[in-house]
Amino acid sequence: MARRAVRTGTFVGIAGLTVFALAACGGTGGGGGDAVDSFSAFINVENDAAQATLTALAEGACTSENEALPLEIETVPQTNLDQQLQLRAGQGALPVLYSAGNAPALTKTLAESGNVADFEEILTGLDAIDDVQPAAVSTIEALYGGFNALPLEYNIEGIWYNKAYFEDFGIAVPETWDELVDAAATLQENDITAFSASGEQGWPLTRLIGNYLFRSIGPDALQAVADGEAELTDPEYVEAAQAVADLGAAGYFGQGVGSITDDVATNQFLNGSAGMFYMGSWALSDFADVEQNQIGYDNIGFMPFPNVEGGAGDSSQIAANVGLPITMNARSVDENTEAWLSCIAENWGTTALTEANRVSGFVVNEPVSDTPALTQEVQDRIADSEQAVLWFEALFSTAATTTSQTNAAPLVSGSITAEEFMSLVQADLD
Amino acid sequence: MNPLLGDRRSTMILVGPALLVYSLVMLVPVVWSLGYTFFEGNAIVGFSFVGLQNFGDLLGDTKVHDALWFTLKYALVITIGQVAIGYLLSLLYVFVLRRSSSIVRTLVFFPVVLPTVAVGLLFQQLFAIAPQNGLVNSFLNVFGAESVDWFGDGASAFLVIAIMDIWRSMGFYGVLLYAGLVDIPEEVLESARMDGATGWKLVRSIVVPLSAPVLVSALIFSINGTLKVFDSVLALTNGGPGTSTSPLTILMFQTSFTNGQYGYGSSIALLLTMICLVVTVFIFRASRRDLTKG
Repeated sequence: MARRAVRTGTFVGIAGLTVFALAACGGTGGGGGDAVDSFSAFINVENDAAQATLTALAEGACTSENEALPLEIETVPQTNLDQQLQLRAGQGALPVLYSAGNAPALTKTLAESGNVADFEEILTGLDAIDDVQPAAVSTIEALYGGFNALPLEYNIEGIWYNKAYFEDFGIAVPETWDELVDAAATLQENDITAFSASGEQGWPLTRLIGNYLFRSIGPDALQAVADGEAELTDPEYVEAAQAVADLGAAGYFGQGVGSITDDVATNQFLNGSAGMFYMGSWALSDFADVEQNQIGYDNIGFMPFPNVEGGAGDSSQIAANVGLPITMNARSVDENTEAWLSCIAENWGTTALTEANRVSGFVVNEPVSDTPALTQEVQDRIADSEQAVLWFEALFSTAATTTSQTNAAPLVSGSITAEEFMSLVQADLD
Repeated sequence: MNPLLGDRRSTMILVGPALLVYSLVMLVPVVWSLGYTFFEGNAIVGFSFVGLQNFGDLLGDTKVHDALWFTLKYALVITIGQVAIGYLLSLLYVFVLRRSSSIVRTLVFFPVVLPTVAVGLLFQQLFAIAPQNGLVNSFLNVFGAESVDWFGDGASAFLVIAIMDIWRSMGFYGVLLYAGLVDIPEEVLESARMDGATGWKLVRSIVVPLSAPVLVSALIFSINGTLKVFDSVLALTNGGPGTSTSPLTILMFQTSFTNGQYGYGSSIALLLTMICLVVTVFIFRASRRDLTKG
């Protein structure tokens, strides 16, 4: 009898411990109102401007909010961001603020599962909705299926070039793709790397493919792929990948493009090793860094991605986006986090411009004097832009985005053909 | 001793805690993962039952085929490299260096204790071409050869991975096999020498057969470790360029945690587990043959 009791007790004990351990491993599993003891922000490490602006707000305009709920920034490499978000969301361990995933599809998924705050509702409730520029909201809604992210940046993308090299080598600012290729050839003849680009990140290369498609097929080129009306393996799409692969084959990206990181690519342009640099206007903060920028701020020019002869698109359709925005955990919304959010909405526009030379989608509530000429040009181009286009992977799934960006370097180094590249990405879209 | 181990309650008390911990951290996740193979979805959006669809997808997925081929190629090359060089090192320790081998053993073993990520970064810099040449390319330039983009092509990236992982682990296998060799009775070696067996003949006819059990252990250690390679490849190439150096483990990780396909990722994990089991059983069966009978 006693032995049976011991055996039963042992069994119940083991079962209880198992259930306890499994429950502990299972995360919170949902429900609202997780206790928030810090204003935790999980930001991709490359986005140093967001980190700097948040820190500046915590020490300046949002001091009282920071005292009530201290800011804690944690960083993650952008290439690991999607993995981390999925793991943390699965464990119910998302922080208060976090960088939206590389693929907008991930943010949509997180929103559908109740992990993303509805900023339309919250900012309206806080009477702060007017602090956000409507154009930025509309860009976010187009990408993320709702006002699911904060436009901490509002960027245009294009090709930044070294004015002195263009003058010295007699290069006119290219208006067509062929002129761009000629400019690259001239730079290379003069021992200057034509394009500085990070193959390690991949996206600076696939941006070229996307822009070529927007110029050759038109601004709806990738919407047609997302809608299933066209495939990336169609000849007119492969042509874009081939055009970029040809740049690589000619050596215009320099040696070892697959090993070049984001920082190295920026440095190559800013130390004069490279003559052109496709990047978003978030790079303005790097350009303004006098220690990093050895070629001079005034020596940098901007050109939109050029036209492709006979193409349906044109260079007035500028690539615009909100960078890699930051979103908020819906389960963390409470009085303190709302106070922080209200303060961010009111002050981000001004602080980002003064602290990080960054144009954002927030209204600049306090006029900023002495805006640098290049920054002013970006602001003017944003204001003048009548139609914006997105980027190559904007409408792709997470898997297709990863495939595209990891195979960009092999494409330009000649390890895979343009057809193979497009087939690999299309396979993940099917 | 027997009365103690014969008492089931005592046995339960002694084994129970370890069994419980092992079950919770090993068996439960394995069974849990097995269950996932019949579902699609993830922890964010939930799961839906798909039956055997994930296994059907495995058969036709070119990414799985490529990753499987890389995994097998990596396991074969690295296992042969690790065990063969480890065995040569152990022979060097026992028959050449003898009692003065301790300093060499320590030096060769040193890379084993280095963090994998640190070794990965070290080799990235050694074989770098951008933003400036690493030591290897500088060395090539000295002899008039062009710099090589080692990480720009799958074949050359694999070569770097192989060099790194063999260098990193040969010291471990050297010590493991050394422990087996020093157990061979000196009298047996001496009598073999008196019978005229020296050099390669002594090694082939006496040393290899007598060290076969530890060689088999080393092979099983190595093949299972290399089939499950993850950290060193992730640190050195992150599976690139493209996916040309992605083993099944990295594909499983990305499928599960980047693409949010837990079920399909678990199916890839199950495939890897089955391969490990089959290879281990194959080595065990092969090792039953008595090597002393030629």
